[in-house]
Amino acid sequence: MLRLFAKTLKTGIVTEKIKRPDASELDALGIEVKRQVDKYFSGSIAIRAVDAGSCNGCELEIHALNNPIYDVERYGIHFVASPRHADVLLVTGPVARHMQTALLRTYEATPNPKWVIAVGDCAACGGEFGVSYASCGAVANVIPVDIVIPGCPPTPETLVKGLLSLMKK
Amino acid sequence: MSEVHSNWQLALQLALEAEVIPHNSTVVNNLARWTISADDWLRFATIAQQHHLRWVAGWAEQREDTFVVNACFASQTGYLWLQTELHIEKPQLPSQATIYPVASRSERHTQDMFGIHFVDRPDSRKWTRHCAWKKHDYPLRKDFPLQGMPEVITPANMDYQFVKARGAGVYEVPVGPIHAGIIEPGHFRFQAVGETILNLEERLAYVHKGIEKLAEGRTPEKLVRLAGRISGDSTVAHSWAACRAMEQAAGITIPERAAFIRGILCERERIANHLGDIGAICNDVGFAFAQMQFSRLREQWQRNSASVFGHRLLMDRLIPGGVKVDLSVADCTLLTQELKVLRKELDETIPALDLNSSLEDRLFTTGYLSPSTAATYGVVGYVARASGQDFDVRRDVSYAPYNQLNIKVAVEEQGDVASRVWVRIKEVFASIKLLSQMLTQLPEGELVTAWQKPKEYSEGLAMVEGWRGEIMTYVRFSSDDKISRFYARDPSHFGFLALEKIVLNNIVPDFPVCNKSVNPSYSGNDL
Repeated sequence: MLRLFAKTLKTGIVTEKIKRPDASELDALGIEVKRQVDKYFSGSIAIRAVDAGSCNGCELEIHALNNPIYDVERYGIHFVASPRHADVLLVTGPVARHMQTALLRTYEATPNPKWVIAVGDCAACGGEFGVSYASCGAVANVIPVDIVIPGCPPTPETLVKGLLSLMKK
Repeated sequence: MSEVHSNWQLALQLALEAEVIPHNSTVVNNLARWTISADDWLRFATIAQQHHLRWVAGWAEQREDTFVVNACFASQTGYLWLQTELHIEKPQLPSQATIYPVASRSERHTQDMFGIHFVDRPDSRKWTRHCAWKKHDYPLRKDFPLQGMPEVITPANMDYQFVKARGAGVYEVPVGPIHAGIIEPGHFRFQAVGETILNLEERLAYVHKGIEKLAEGRTPEKLVRLAGRISGDSTVAHSWAACRAMEQAAGITIPERAAFIRGILCERERIANHLGDIGAICNDVGFAFAQMQFSRLREQWQRNSASVFGHRLLMDRLIPGGVKVDLSVADCTLLTQELKVLRKELDETIPALDLNSSLEDRLFTTGYLSPSTAATYGVVGYVARASGQDFDVRRDVSYAPYNQLNIKVAVEEQGDVASRVWVRIKEVFASIKLLSQMLTQLPEGELVTAWQKPKEYSEGLAMVEGWRGEIMTYVRFSSDDKISRFYARDPSHFGFLALEKIVLNNIVPDFPVCNKSVNPSYSGNDL
């Protein structure tokens, strides 16, 4: 147990600070995100991530948002387990036809007001998979999309920027 | 893979002759391919099993009015490719799944995609097909258009007959396709008594994206791009397997430097995924310390991947004939330094895991896969190696650059979640050693061998040890340098089957940790 505490103390806080003078773009973004969340969402925004057919690349980067370096929860952004708790659906992948009904039901289960973010090139335009017998292509072909975050996959920084642009809308 | 005259194949050949099973033996790129009559398909499987061969993959292909059906088997030291032909008017052959249960989902996939009937198969339900195409439509037949004839809204698949359990106190827990975390979709049907799992049945193919059909008609470069998106966490391994298969078909040898850089990329992918998973497994039993430490290490690792190779997940770094990225001397110094830092970090963090009794209490004996089940199912990768199966393509059927390196394979015997964690930890250390070997031995030279248009209908079959285990990829060209058939068998095929066994007699709340310890890819499985 002592080793655990020693390592924890030695590691310290790795989260990239919001108010450093040499603030990188991410830090500046963080401040802005927090302000918008406070203003329009009473301090917190709940996101339900839905993989509608992705290769899992986007999920890996969405996961990274919760690592101690990005730690998006400090801006009041958190991921929830049910669409019924969500303000925002974060949808990845081209929509596999086998997932079409599931995605529609998830959308219906999300209370209003709600926003949909299409994450990644596949969700934006169908990407490498396009429209076929097995794929509906872009998320917008299935449910209304408010904003699109492109990238294959988008980096965590791009994801934070995307969330901000939603809130500024 | 020059295994053509090896002992195990001779023994098998004698057995076939004793049973009067005529077979025509050819060699395709150093790999033995035996063609038999469709009627002998099952008898071959029986003999293969008596010779302790592992079932590797099964796939089919339409060539005008013929279906070519393939299966791949393996011994500890090499592969055997089995093939038969069927006329399109009479597309049926005996099922091998009665002998090799792992072949069942593959046969169901072939049934759904081609309409090839496997007689007496143990499970006649559909598998890859839900409701996006009709029962008598077969997407991989040449007359089926890529666009298909989908309805505006594809309905949910409600008529699938799950296995039922009845009795006092037995209840069912349906989970998915959309799960509670940030993970891929699939359906799990649990039968439980109290908290104990009596049975788990998986229903997958929710993320079926038609990858096999999409590959048809692609150029080699575009195929690598697609292969890199079969499973986002295995982008290097799948593109490598596709490249190797195509390079075999075209008769191209890649430059040594390119092989080393591919090896470096692949080992980086292995480390990144293991780091993420070790943390996540611990997190699934509430041990946040490990999650924080390992996700921090993974993030640093990915940032270095981005700064040196230009992509956090290393997508699209491979091209047919070689690689797109080079390493400068400064890059090599930076990567060597990075290895030192990682090793030091792990030396501090891992003892904190090892000596933690509450973590031990949750991971030991949880999610047990016995060595005999692992062998029967022919499981691969760390799941197999945590259950005593000592196999690794990099060492046993080696390829460049691994044939020039000293490969150590981590094996554990206990078969529980803790074993899988330990195998992964050991694999991280082994990969650190491999990376440092490759960085010091990195040969000078070109990055790409110029692509040569392969001969009409040339084929390639390649195996690569991805981070999850053995990937098998088949490629056949048509004329004009275009792909006519592409099939990739992800190790998740076995991972999902193993998972159904692993969770038995565990409690429902331990499903996430069991699942994470295996971490099969839905996308890789569903294609």
